Amino acid sequence: MYRYDEFDHAFVKARVAELADQVERRLAGEITEDQFKPLRLMNGVYLQLHAYMLRIAIPYGTLSSRQMRMLAHIARRYDKGYGHFTTRQNIQFNWPALSDIPAILDELASVEMHAIQTSGNCIRNVTADHFAGAAADEVADPRPYAEILRQWSSVHPEFSFLPRKFKIAVTGADRDRAAIQVHDIGLHLKKNGKGELGFAVYVGGGQGRTPMVAKKIRDFLPEEDLLSYTTAIMRVYNLNGRRDNKYKARIKILVHETGVGELTRQVEAEFEALKDGELKLPETDIRAIERYFAPPDLPERPEGWAELAASRKDDAAFAAWLRRNVNDHWHPDYASVTISLKGIGEIPGDASDAQMDAIADLAQELAFDEIRVSHEQNLILPHVARADLRLVFERLVEIGLATANAGLVTDIIACPGLDYCALANARSIPVAQEISRRLGDQQRQEEIGDLKIKISGCINACGHHHVGHIGILGVEKKGTELYQITLGGSGDENTTIGEIVGRGFAPDEITDAIETVVETYLGLRQDSAETFLSAYRRVGALPFKEALYGSSATAA
Amino acid sequence: MKILTANRLIDGEAVWLAADHSWAETIHAADIARDDATVEKLERAGRAALCKNEVVDVNLIDIEIANGEIRPLRLRERIRAAGPTTHPLFGKQARPGISIAA
Ligand code: SF4
Repeated sequence: MYRYDEFDHAFVKARVAELADQVERRLAGEITEDQFKPLRLMNGVYLQLHAYMLRIAIPYGTLSSRQMRMLAHIARRYDKGYGHFTTRQNIQFNWPALSDIPAILDELASVEMHAIQTSGNCIRNVTADHFAGAAADEVADPRPYAEILRQWSSVHPEFSFLPRKFKIAVTGADRDRAAIQVHDIGLHLKKNGKGELGFAVYVGGGQGRTPMVAKKIRDFLPEEDLLSYTTAIMRVYNLNGRRDNKYKARIKILVHETGVGELTRQVEAEFEALKDGELKLPETDIRAIERYFAPPDLPERPEGWAELAASRKDDAAFAAWLRRNVNDHWHPDYASVTISLKGIGEIPGDASDAQMDAIADLAQELAFDEIRVSHEQNLILPHVARADLRLVFERLVEIGLATANAGLVTDIIACPGLDYCALANARSIPVAQEISRRLGDQQRQEEIGDLKIKISGCINACGHHHVGHIGILGVEKKGTELYQITLGGSGDENTTIGEIVGRGFAPDEITDAIETVVETYLGLRQDSAETFLSAYRRVGALPFKEALYGSSATAA
Repeated sequence: MKILTANRLIDGEAVWLAADHSWAETIHAADIARDDATVEKLERAGRAALCKNEVVDVNLIDIEIANGEIRPLRLRERIRAAGPTTHPLFGKQARPGISIAA
């Protein structure tokens, strides 16, 4: 893992002191809310419906046990005993007092964490594949590059007041688990014919009010050019991105309005001027950062295979969990474990202080001290010996986190919605909970197979509904909640934006409607190997519309 | 009918302006404006409280009286008055006499 150097420590400490002073002056009435608000936002402090909310950065979703224990401690001491892991691989606390924020940030700094750039019109926390450094299908670990981008973008003077927020995601595998095509910049780490590392560069993806799939503007950018090319993109955006209209200020609109060809020309021209300058990454620097992310020393544990084969037979629950929540590791004796934060009927992404502590212990004892947060709001133990999977499973059962549903219909992404969020139009979490209860039977969900439901409580789309195989968007109509369904979205290497099927559903209708969509799929799929998404891509929206609204409605 | 709501500066707690110009932690205590003059009075009190840095995010909200109790028209405000519907033990609904939002 990356460890802070002296500069990082001093920088974060200075920032905590600065905010402590700002909070003190605010509470003493020396500065107004208008003056204070941008300052608190730069440090991840929002005001929501019931209280302040603190969003803490988890760079590329990587945590150590020590850091996880600190999050548990903060949940216990300053909040109400839980935290909410988000689709940006961050964690949010929903109840901190403003007067406690400096103390919280001080405690966080002691474990090399902070909340800087988790809000505001700057480059936000860089996200990455949650199986980075572990996945069997990976070309190289994308996190060293995410770390380089993090260092470069932290309080970058030129890019701290962009037209709008800016999100970068990196993946190191062909199978995109980081949804890079719905980010402002998406980087796909790959090798060229000569075996050299570089990136395919995507620009202008995003969700929100105007969802767009990113456009590839470079097929192969040598790794040494990462910062000069990114800077070139940022410059073009910073100069030409719209500042007159918040809804048109993201780079996706610029790409759309300028045209990919012209935008690429501008970026390449800027890059030409930059590429031989100081931003060129020396090979030694890249390799030095890479060493921080070197995989742990993984001893051979071949006995795991036989043990698993045996216990798989006599324990159906364990077998289901192995099927769903265990991913191949590049080391054959190891695997990556998904800890589902989506227990049936539970709140997606929430973990209690006791659960966080228990996961920290588990990671320390059986998983080389590493934990990841996935953008799907689950936690990952990237390196677990197959021989230890049984033990890990049993320990997860004890803390209620062994639900075998990764990638299934109850592994739902849901934003905080109207239960917390000041911008929300409708609730998200209760919708997720009810769908989960309705479809939560293990056999039934496995029969349904891979199906991603994603729910947002407003058009900002923090719940990624545009790229849900089934997306649900909450809107407010005449003072009540209404839920629109979109179908056929996906946030992987074949990203598509879901299509709205028709009129929305009331809160007491939406679960039935989702069940109808699922049943319709089961009725029309060619066989159980045809996933919901493939079936949808084959047949289109019509059969689903008919099932939801009747054939007369679709004819009209 | 309208009442005035805000969040307390120091801890973000949702509060409502009471008749004695204090900020009450429960909606029941809110001072109800039934005419333009009282609405204006509430607004003035809100501006004053903002200047004194007691509260932030001051808003007038629409309410009705249902079963003798104040009920905001918007679900958002009902959730603010009660707490998250997903955590019945958190927020004001954990206190005696505050029903959950619906
Ligand atoms: S999608 Fe809307 S409701 Fe949900 S968290 Fe984002 S801003 Fe809030």
